Amino acid sequence: MHLVYPAVLAALLFAVGVYGVLARRNAVLVLMSVELMLNAVNLNLVAFDAWLRDSLHAGQALTLFTITVAAAEVGLGLAIVLLLFRARGTADIDRATALGDPAESLATEEPPNGAEALKGQAAA
Amino acid sequence: MNLALPALVPALPAFGAAATLATGKKAPGLARPLAIVPVAVSAVLALVVALQLGTGQTLDAATRLTPTGGPDIALALHLDGFSSLISVLVGLVATCVQVYSTAYLKQDPRYPSYAALVSLFTAAMFLVVYSGDLIVLLVGWEVMGLCSYFLIGHHWETADARSASLKAFLVTKLGDVPFLFGIFLLGADAGSFRIPDVLAAAGEGRLGHPTLIALLLLAGVAGKSAQFPLHTWLPDAMAGPTPVSALIHAATMVAAGIYLVARLLPVFLLSGAALVVLAVMAAVTMIGSALCALAQDDLKRVLAYSTVGQLGYMAGALATGDREASVFHLVSHGAFKALLFLAAGVVIHAAHTNSISAMSRIPGLRKRVPDAYWTMGIALFALVGLPPFSGFFSKEAVLTAAEHAANGEALTNSLGPASAVPQAAGWIVLISAALTALLTAAYATRLFLVAFHSPAVAGAAVADHEADAPYSPELDEADPATAEPPAMRWPLWVLAVPTMGFGIAGLRSDWLPALLDGGSLRPSGVTAVTGTGLAVVGVLAAYGAWRSATARLGTGRPAPAAAGRVPEQAGAPAAEVIVADPGRTLLGPLFGPARHGFGVDRLYHALFVRPVAAAARLVRFLDREVVEGYVQGSGIGANLLGRAVRLAQTGNAQTYLSALLAGVVLLAVLVAV
Repeated sequence: MHLVYPAVLAALLFAVGVYGVLARRNAVLVLMSVELMLNAVNLNLVAFDAWLRDSLHAGQALTLFTITVAAAEVGLGLAIVLLLFRARGTADIDRATALGDPAESLATEEPPNGAEALKGQAAA
Repeated sequence: MNLALPALVPALPAFGAAATLATGKKAPGLARPLAIVPVAVSAVLALVVALQLGTGQTLDAATRLTPTGGPDIALALHLDGFSSLISVLVGLVATCVQVYSTAYLKQDPRYPSYAALVSLFTAAMFLVVYSGDLIVLLVGWEVMGLCSYFLIGHHWETADARSASLKAFLVTKLGDVPFLFGIFLLGADAGSFRIPDVLAAAGEGRLGHPTLIALLLLAGVAGKSAQFPLHTWLPDAMAGPTPVSALIHAATMVAAGIYLVARLLPVFLLSGAALVVLAVMAAVTMIGSALCALAQDDLKRVLAYSTVGQLGYMAGALATGDREASVFHLVSHGAFKALLFLAAGVVIHAAHTNSISAMSRIPGLRKRVPDAYWTMGIALFALVGLPPFSGFFSKEAVLTAAEHAANGEALTNSLGPASAVPQAAGWIVLISAALTALLTAAYATRLFLVAFHSPAVAGAAVADHEADAPYSPELDEADPATAEPPAMRWPLWVLAVPTMGFGIAGLRSDWLPALLDGGSLRPSGVTAVTGTGLAVVGVLAAYGAWRSATARLGTGRPAPAAAGRVPEQAGAPAAEVIVADPGRTLLGPLFGPARHGFGVDRLYHALFVRPVAAAARLVRFLDREVVEGYVQGSGIGANLLGRAVRLAQTGNAQTYLSALLAGVVLLAVLVAV
């Protein structure tokens, strides 16, 4: 089999995964998209391992590692999503922006017109 | 000879100062003994050192303090007759002043720091006197200046004292900068900072730039000893407590400049130009300050101008190459001027005012302070230079030295050839000294008569307006019985003894001159008659002017020219006070300018103070508006940038990831292409 088939498939899978990560709103689907990207990589590893006829089969061994790590990662990710859902009643990623630094909260964090106050001191 | 003794003399007061400062807050009761005992012990040790050293001996000892690239700096002692004599004077006056201060500043809350500074000053003065190394001498010199600064500003609550202390500090530093370079140049030329080496180099003519060195050193001397261009700080320095004026601004620190020139006189003798400059400086100082003293109303300012003038005498004697006469006058002046100041302190204490015209309105002042009255009289006699008081002999010694120099046979006492002293210097000093003798007699008489002998003003409101009298910050007891506490009375009489008797020491060549250079200090006939005659004329003129002024006052129709108002009393109802002031009659149109020091202060204000203030304003503007603008601008810019960057911080992980991907793609494209 020519290398181009698995490579194109892997690229498509990866692109779908990227799209999912960037565009899906549901956290579970985002996790699944991450899995797609990982599996695209796995596919690449196996394909190139076969194509290069590596006697140690490093690519396949690494794939096994990746699958294991991906399983653990998905377990953790699902737990986080579960907790997020319990706390907020939604698994919508667009609405989980608590760690952001919105500009409108500026006024409460700084003394009002800080720059103007400094300018006033300079003039005095 | 045991080196520990001379080393202890400067060290003890320094330890005393440290101990007083350390314990002053916790144990104020210790301050008095800690102030008096080390200084008194030092005075005794100085006397012992002087006696052990004997006459005609010198002692040199040195230990290298620090290696430098050039000449080494050594912790060196150089003792000879001059240092013995002056250290005894310093010890005597410092002890008297410390004892006197215990009473004078009895109720002062800052007495411990005051006493510590006086002790530190004493230590520094001993260091200057004993030091055999110019750099170590400079250390003592600067410490003295610092103590003077602090002590003038002792009453720092008042603006007068603050500005006076700053002025004294800045003006003396102005002289000290060239002085420092003079020392460097002298050390570089002589290859050593040790005084004996420098003198040896001067003797062998190895100094490359004697005139430059002498002129640079003279700048420092003019600052420290309040000579003409830099004399303005001394009258203002009277804002300090009176004992400080007696110690620092009359007897010791201001004499340090004279002492230094006396020490280095062989260097000065190499340069006729420097001697003429010194003579002119001394002449201008003498005559100008005597005229000013004749017009002052503040008792302490009269004495301050008188000190400036007497220092001019000493500088004049040095200009004629006779350091013996100079140091002779230094010591006798130190004693009688300290006495004058201490007595003035008693009078000020009792009268609650510094103004002699205000004193003249206090009935029976001389009966309230009899000891001060008598000792002040004695000291004024010495100041005028009437025999047999010490001032007569020392002043005559100066006149004799000037006379000899004017004849071309200067009394250099084997320090250099008599021809080293230009005859012009001798004439300048001789004429100005004779004129000053006349003026000195006049102002001394005026001071005494106006302060103590004015007829009581009938029904004058005297005691009520003292609060408005010119500045006198001292706390005091109003009770006349305690106007002269014993601690203030005894130092007067102790100082009165040398004032009366010290002059005799110069009569025989194996007494005082043997300790010094071995020349003659005996007054010569012509100058003795001239000097005394001029002094008598001055006294009589002042007395006559005072009599006529008093008589005019008595008729109730005071002539405006002779009997003046006292403008400083403005604000009080007694502003129309009329005082019989002989100074007005004697000086005539010069009175106004002389009262204000001939406008030298105003001139300096226009020449130096205002440009400096303008430059300071410019710098302030540049700093505030330009430099600070950039600083503030950078802060504000960073702030705005932060606000812009915050907008990207939405909290949406997918946005971040999109940006990340875009970045990766961009990088990949850039790397690949």
